[in-house]
Amino acid sequence: MAECSVSFTVNGRIQSVTVPPMKRLLDVLREDLNLTGTKEGCGEGECGACAVLLNDELVNSCLVPVRDASGARICTIEGVPAAGQLHRLQQAFIEAGAAQCGICTPGMIMAGLQLLSRCPHPTLEEIREGLSGNLCRCTGYMRIFEAIQNVAQSSE
Amino acid sequence: MYSKSMEPRIVGTAVPRKEAAAKVTGTAQYVDDVSLPGMLHGVTVRSGHPRALIRHIHFGDGIPWHEFTIVTARDIPGRNIVTLIFDDQPFLADGEINHPEEPVLLLAHENKDMVRRARQHVFIDYDPLPAIFDIDEALQAKTIIWGEDNVFKRYCIEKGDVDAVWSQADFIVEGEYSTEAQEQLYIEPQGMLATWDPETGITVRGSMQCPFYVQKALMPLFNLPAEKVRVIQQETGGAFGGKEEYPSMIAGHAALLAWKSGRPVKMIYDREEDMAATTKRHPSRTRHRTAVSRDGRLLAMDIEFIIDGGAYATLSSVVLSRGTIHAAGPYRCDNIRVRSTAVATNTPPHGAFRGFGAPQSLFAIERHMNKVARTLGLTPEEFRRRNFLRQGDSTATGQLIKQPLDLARLQQRALQLAGYADKLERFSRLNREGTRKKGIGFSTFMHGAGFTGSGERHLQSVVHLEARADGTVCVLSSMTEMGQGTNTILAQIAAEALGTSYEQVQVLRPDTAQVPNSGPTVASRTAMVIGRLVQSAALSLKEKLLQAALLQPGYTPEQFQSACREYICSIGPLKTSAQYEEPPGVHWDDEKYRGEAYGAFSWAVHVAEVTVDTVTGEIQLDDFVALQEVGRVLNPVLARGQIEGGVAQAIGYALYEKVVWRDGGMANNQMTNYIMPTAMDLPPIRVYFEEIPYEHGAMGAKGIGELPMDGPAPAILNAVENALGISFCHIPLLPEDVLSELSVAREAALDLAGSVV
Amino acid sequence: MRSFVPDYELVVAARLNDALDMLAEGWRPIAGGTDLMVLFNAGKLPYRKLVSIRRVKELSSIEESETEISIGAAVTYTHIRQHPVLRQEFPLLCSAASWTGSIANQNRGTLGGNIINASPAADSSPVLLVYDAELELISLRGTRRIPYCDFHLGYKKMQIRDDELLRSIHLPRKTENRRSYIRKVGPRQAQAISKVCFAATARLRGSAIDEVRIAAGSVAPVPLRCHATESVLRGQSISPDLIETAANAIAAEVQPITDIRSTRDYRRAVTANLLKQFLQTLA
Repeated sequence: MAECSVSFTVNGRIQSVTVPPMKRLLDVLREDLNLTGTKEGCGEGECGACAVLLNDELVNSCLVPVRDASGARICTIEGVPAAGQLHRLQQAFIEAGAAQCGICTPGMIMAGLQLLSRCPHPTLEEIREGLSGNLCRCTGYMRIFEAIQNVAQSSE
Repeated sequence: MYSKSMEPRIVGTAVPRKEAAAKVTGTAQYVDDVSLPGMLHGVTVRSGHPRALIRHIHFGDGIPWHEFTIVTARDIPGRNIVTLIFDDQPFLADGEINHPEEPVLLLAHENKDMVRRARQHVFIDYDPLPAIFDIDEALQAKTIIWGEDNVFKRYCIEKGDVDAVWSQADFIVEGEYSTEAQEQLYIEPQGMLATWDPETGITVRGSMQCPFYVQKALMPLFNLPAEKVRVIQQETGGAFGGKEEYPSMIAGHAALLAWKSGRPVKMIYDREEDMAATTKRHPSRTRHRTAVSRDGRLLAMDIEFIIDGGAYATLSSVVLSRGTIHAAGPYRCDNIRVRSTAVATNTPPHGAFRGFGAPQSLFAIERHMNKVARTLGLTPEEFRRRNFLRQGDSTATGQLIKQPLDLARLQQRALQLAGYADKLERFSRLNREGTRKKGIGFSTFMHGAGFTGSGERHLQSVVHLEARADGTVCVLSSMTEMGQGTNTILAQIAAEALGTSYEQVQVLRPDTAQVPNSGPTVASRTAMVIGRLVQSAALSLKEKLLQAALLQPGYTPEQFQSACREYICSIGPLKTSAQYEEPPGVHWDDEKYRGEAYGAFSWAVHVAEVTVDTVTGEIQLDDFVALQEVGRVLNPVLARGQIEGGVAQAIGYALYEKVVWRDGGMANNQMTNYIMPTAMDLPPIRVYFEEIPYEHGAMGAKGIGELPMDGPAPAILNAVENALGISFCHIPLLPEDVLSELSVAREAALDLAGSVV
Repeated sequence: MRSFVPDYELVVAARLNDALDMLAEGWRPIAGGTDLMVLFNAGKLPYRKLVSIRRVKELSSIEESETEISIGAAVTYTHIRQHPVLRQEFPLLCSAASWTGSIANQNRGTLGGNIINASPAADSSPVLLVYDAELELISLRGTRRIPYCDFHLGYKKMQIRDDELLRSIHLPRKTENRRSYIRKVGPRQAQAISKVCFAATARLRGSAIDEVRIAAGSVAPVPLRCHATESVLRGQSISPDLIETAANAIAAEVQPITDIRSTRDYRRAVTANLLKQFLQTLA
């Protein structure tokens, strides 16, 4: 079948790719744009390792056909640091020990950003819910909760 | 030597993880993030039958097969065996199938979509053979699938004379306990990338725990010497034992395809394949028969421990060993017999998973101790208190406890931290009404660090330290970072011993061409055993600088760095190494299974608080206290993360994670249907340490990684028993089981009421 | 097993009529993709030609009138959770939306998609049943409205023709004075496929049950409105005997199965227990 041309903005840069329309956004990011910070953990929208922001909304990029993202504004983990500086959530992850093996970390940070943008001072329950679509097998989540809480507190 | 008078600057502090910045920015390179020019994508065609003979393989129409690289058992240039302990598992099935995920054939193509489609067009005809799927069928031995009797390994520990005791016992308490398989479920699926060059040989890079295991398995596969098989670890996205031995299989497959095609080949499992085909925790069944005196002393413990190893022996013998040694728990008893067996079934081989046999047998003993206490009319804490091992006592294998050990105090502190006594009283009042029943329970346990018995002596692990011209020092070992913090703690130990700064120590990524063999990254041995070697190598390096008069005692990190620079400039390479030496007084008898099983044990008390909803049978954890004695804590944030993560996995083991089997294969091999805890499912996990430095460990450290996997499951089921008055003896304990037992209990209560009227 | 990606076509419809034209030509709709892309990734998506309706404006809004709230089929769960009128008047729907998938999947997943995916385990279905929802179907031939309780005919069988699109879901605004109850029982607290999902509403006159609606998911081949159980309760006053009778009635009315997620006995027992719990709140 025919490939199609799809354009969108990724981390502030306009990008165009010519790919099969049902190619997953995840694969386009990783294979066509070489943005390998977005990970595949399950391929069924369950683990959140592939989470990115699409028009400021958290989505699992393994469930987004690339053509459905045409014209969208996409932010991946590579676009999180600003002006060469780590985002304070990234810094908080380092300090709290929230990243262990690191494979869930990019998606977890995207989920954290979505949570903090919708709810700058989340309760523990809100943090739990906000991260519940991102599975982490290493940490038991406690260090991640702490990282989010630290960011929320520092912005008071 | 670490001296107590010297206040550590780096060890014991929460320095940030070495590779933290790469991980939070997504720049860390996992194997699937690496691509090479001309690379092909490889896939595995699997059997789909639990046991059969291969009759014929044919290739369907509509696929341009000439574009594919195809490898079968007949292509293998060397030995078709994954070298490990017993030589029984082939890389590719050759005529015979022993489980439904057995690799039969490999395909590679440059188009990933194409190779996945082609996999569905390979058809294999089989003559089915009878298969067996559980421990009972294996022991009945009506169908023999392995060796002469379906048994991979047996052990027997005998201490004292169990059989002489039964007649003197006031009480004899029996119990049977069982556990099911558990999937490691690291979030990064397994994968390897292989290249072949006629001059230099095979190079594989990938997600793994043990680069030298992979090398050892690939050498006979290709008849190549070690220098022509290079294995490089990529960033590894979780392992938990699941990447201890299976990576050898995938590496072999990728390498065979690379060798045949002459091109780089990447094989990345998708989640379904990873869950179905790779190893899981061994299912187990434990039977206890315990003799006690009226005053609550353990007189004899007779324990039978059986694990299901799956179709090939892989690591079953060592998993069985650890489970056997831990089966009697942290209790003193003069008469102990543990008889254990690992059996074969037609499921994919079970393998290593954090705890490695100990979570299984400790689940049994820690449930059973509550049963014995109840029989005696003692509280579980008082019964344990009367029987804890203490300094000077000996374990089941006769290992003398040389270190200070006060489990009664540890238990008391944990119960205080959890508010145990108050809660017991309050819950029994609250539970008289309503549908939500609360309970609290605990477990007391230990985990031996390092290889068992003579294992460390056989490994002869080596570590190198090398100073660079810029004054930094590099740690060279085969210890892999997989999230647990290897890079960080080894750098902390080196920096501390050298007197340089943490930032000035680098830890080289394991690459068999560059690092010495320090053994596998397993068995909670990294901090205690390898850390110790890093410490020794660091002290020798420092000594060289002192000897050369380039340093004076009391130097600063800056002076250390310039001394290194000067040494390299004026004297030459500055490199030291250290090799494992057994601490004095260690004896182990592999025949009788007696002696010093482990260099040291870590000890813990875990307390779980639950609410059981009798409307649905759901169990919610409300609080969790984990108190442990792990020697010196090298990095408080990483140590806490190890405990929290281990507890979370163990909560999954106890309450959520069930592998559904169908004809020897995993039927729920998706993250949607195999249930691990989310951020919404875990209680606050409150972590506390007691620090008693271990003189033979690195800066006083003992093992930590596996310990937290051992205790939560029995603690939780003890809490459920406290809430409901029902004793469950099987994990995972699902709401289905709870509701069904509740209805049985209700019927029984009605019957009783009826008979009274 | 993955699908062979180049075999599949996808176009993004900008307007409703474009989508309907394509359906008439045999294309199949895809909305948020949270179900279909899972099938696609697993190599189990039966359709090759897909039209995305996510950007069709007419399908993406929530409209209010005097008598009803109309939810466009492509409205996301996130939108539903945040909608003030739905939160006020149809809280069960907002609860069900919050339990569906994760935040990421709620941002993409749509109410219409959930209905058309026709999983008996869908969390929103029992809610729509007890709220007496109606569905509006549209095709080039026109529109029609059918009660949601008549929509599911059998496992994954629905009253919808291939050229029809689910346009909107209508909820009648007559919910005041009703007591409502909802509970999801899943394998864990988030990201969970229900073992049982139960919703009910009731209105009391004095101590008698004047009006009652009960529905459950994951207990039959379709989301089940429990008419037989309702008739046991209607007009009766709550008593321990009535609660027992109703529990027996619902246990007989549901037809659950044993699968990899739970057992028939468990689903049946839990449904009965949830009904009891609901009825006890009325007493």
